[in-house]
Amino acid sequence: MEKPEILAQLNTIFIDIADNENIRLNEMSSAGNVEGWDSLTHIQLVVAIEKYFKIRFTSKEIQSWKNVGELMDSIAAKVSE
Amino acid sequence: MHSFAELKKNLKKDFTGLKKIKVALLGDNATQLLVQALRGEGFVRGIDLEIWEADFNQIAREVLDPASDLYLFKPDIVILFYSTHKLLSTYNKLPTDQYSGLANRQLELVNHIVSALNDKLSCNIIYYNFSEIDDSIFGSYANKLSSSFLFQLRKLNYELMVFASQNSNFFICDLSSVQNHFGKPQLFQPAVYINTEMVLSIYILPEIASRTVDIIAAGSGHFKKCLILDLDNTLWGGIIGDDGLENIQLGSLGIGKAFTEFQYWVKKLQKRGIIIAVCSKNTESIAKEPFEHHPDMILKLEDIAVFVANWENKADNIRKIQTILNIGFDSMVFLDDNPFERNMVRENLPDITVPELPEDPADYLEFLYTLNLFETVSFSGEDSERTKLYQLEAKRSVLQQSFVNEGDYLKSLAMVSLVEPFNKFNTPRVAQLSQRSNQFNLRTIRYTEKDIEAARLNESTFSFTFTLADKFGDNGMICVIILEKEDEQTLFIDTWLMSCRVLKRGMEHFALNTIVHFAKEKGFLYLKGEYIPTAKNEMVKNHYAELGFKQLGVFWILNLNECEEKKNFIIRK
Repeated sequence: MEKPEILAQLNTIFIDIADNENIRLNEMSSAGNVEGWDSLTHIQLVVAIEKYFKIRFTSKEIQSWKNVGELMDSIAAKVSE
Repeated sequence: MHSFAELKKNLKKDFTGLKKIKVALLGDNATQLLVQALRGEGFVRGIDLEIWEADFNQIAREVLDPASDLYLFKPDIVILFYSTHKLLSTYNKLPTDQYSGLANRQLELVNHIVSALNDKLSCNIIYYNFSEIDDSIFGSYANKLSSSFLFQLRKLNYELMVFASQNSNFFICDLSSVQNHFGKPQLFQPAVYINTEMVLSIYILPEIASRTVDIIAAGSGHFKKCLILDLDNTLWGGIIGDDGLENIQLGSLGIGKAFTEFQYWVKKLQKRGIIIAVCSKNTESIAKEPFEHHPDMILKLEDIAVFVANWENKADNIRKIQTILNIGFDSMVFLDDNPFERNMVRENLPDITVPELPEDPADYLEFLYTLNLFETVSFSGEDSERTKLYQLEAKRSVLQQSFVNEGDYLKSLAMVSLVEPFNKFNTPRVAQLSQRSNQFNLRTIRYTEKDIEAARLNESTFSFTFTLADKFGDNGMICVIILEKEDEQTLFIDTWLMSCRVLKRGMEHFALNTIVHFAKEKGFLYLKGEYIPTAKNEMVKNHYAELGFKQLGVFWILNLNECEEKKNFIIRK
């Protein structure tokens, strides 16, 4: 799966979970610069991403991403396995 | 079942006009998403749950501090959520010689918390029991060892049931049973727990919310009272009209075991007080044959309160059943193996619950177990008599048709009523009537057993319960009135409710005469009534006007010096 495709899908999931139509993610987006991205939103995002891509993250991975770019790397690595 | 995302979307919907219930949620784990799921599920049931959530792990502080936010909020319902994970971490830190005391420790805590709540609030308490964790320190040997965590956990769940059976306002929400059904991997996601302190997965939240709201809804009068059954391929295998008595599948014939076990389930519901009705496309005499002659039939005709078998459409027949039973469509469940009939009933009667029965009858029971259709907050001995009462009602209506004059008919019934104040013995039934009565209920204030006990002991509260018996049998307690002393001259009718089984027998006249006599004896001058409209109590809109009360703003006043004895044919026992 290509990165732009993953990003587009992440964007859709974020809009749904955070309930904010205006979210436009890029690789540098993070909890610090996206409104409404708190720890509870984060865990719902993780569960939704796991479900959509049919993958599982470890609890360490869930805490490790500094931005959406790193999250996408994680997804890309698991999807290609 | 709705998904968590769907429930969350409900939070943005319009809650105006929905019944408001105030809920306090206190947990030793992260409960923010449970709050959202509960409120979203409340919307599905037409309830506006106003939820106050305690800060993380602050149960004891909120409950034991009389000036806490919890008590400022004044909840109707308190939900206590102690998690198995916290229990396990307590156990882990204990010295080994105290392992065996874990269950008792937690029970003492619960006892302490519950009595503190009861001191300051009049509320129902919902407690999540403990979903099992087997820490595998001893393997199956844990079952032989009272100091093992598993032993203590199961003991605790058992003792909580005992505690619940002794405390009428304490209800267990059976988390352990939900985990049994869905499996631990569905209930619990370790990575989510490690990152957030949430012990419930997002997948299972809607199920837990639904089971919780089942209890809340039952406490406010929303629960199922009646099960309507199709016959062919629902109650037995095959078609009685085509296959004949010898060939329908029941007992050991074909897949008869599935139907026999299903019938035992229905029979248990009937014994519990759920009204069983039959609605079948059949010739009536043929449809009744198995009930009368098949040796493997578990259900008999006397278990069925209303039996409708004909060739008309099922929606009309269910309307007919509803008229006879006089209960709301939303308190009925309809089971039919035929998808066409199910859809027809659903489209015409949207309030009735119509489960999507699985295709294979072998799956019926397991499927029905998961729906938790028959939640309740009370159970009394009279429940099991209910079928008989409805059958008697059918007999009365036959007798009534033989009289031209209504007075002659009522006289012929030889009605007797026992009037008593609240006492220890009738308290459960009073609380139950308060929860069940929707139609003949002037103010629809719901009372728990604890409230009734408090009313009994209050000196400015006067209570009346009425039974009604006639030559056909005893209806048991069917009417409750609570009077509150407002001032030296006036008694306020806080509660007046009656079972719809005894409409049009002059009971309201008899009851009024009784309270008028009482009020006069005590030297009061006025009775003051109020009608609070709900979606279901329109039938009593003109109740006070018809009894001669005069309207005064939203209230109705009866001047005791001007009122006359109301005519009726009921004799006080």
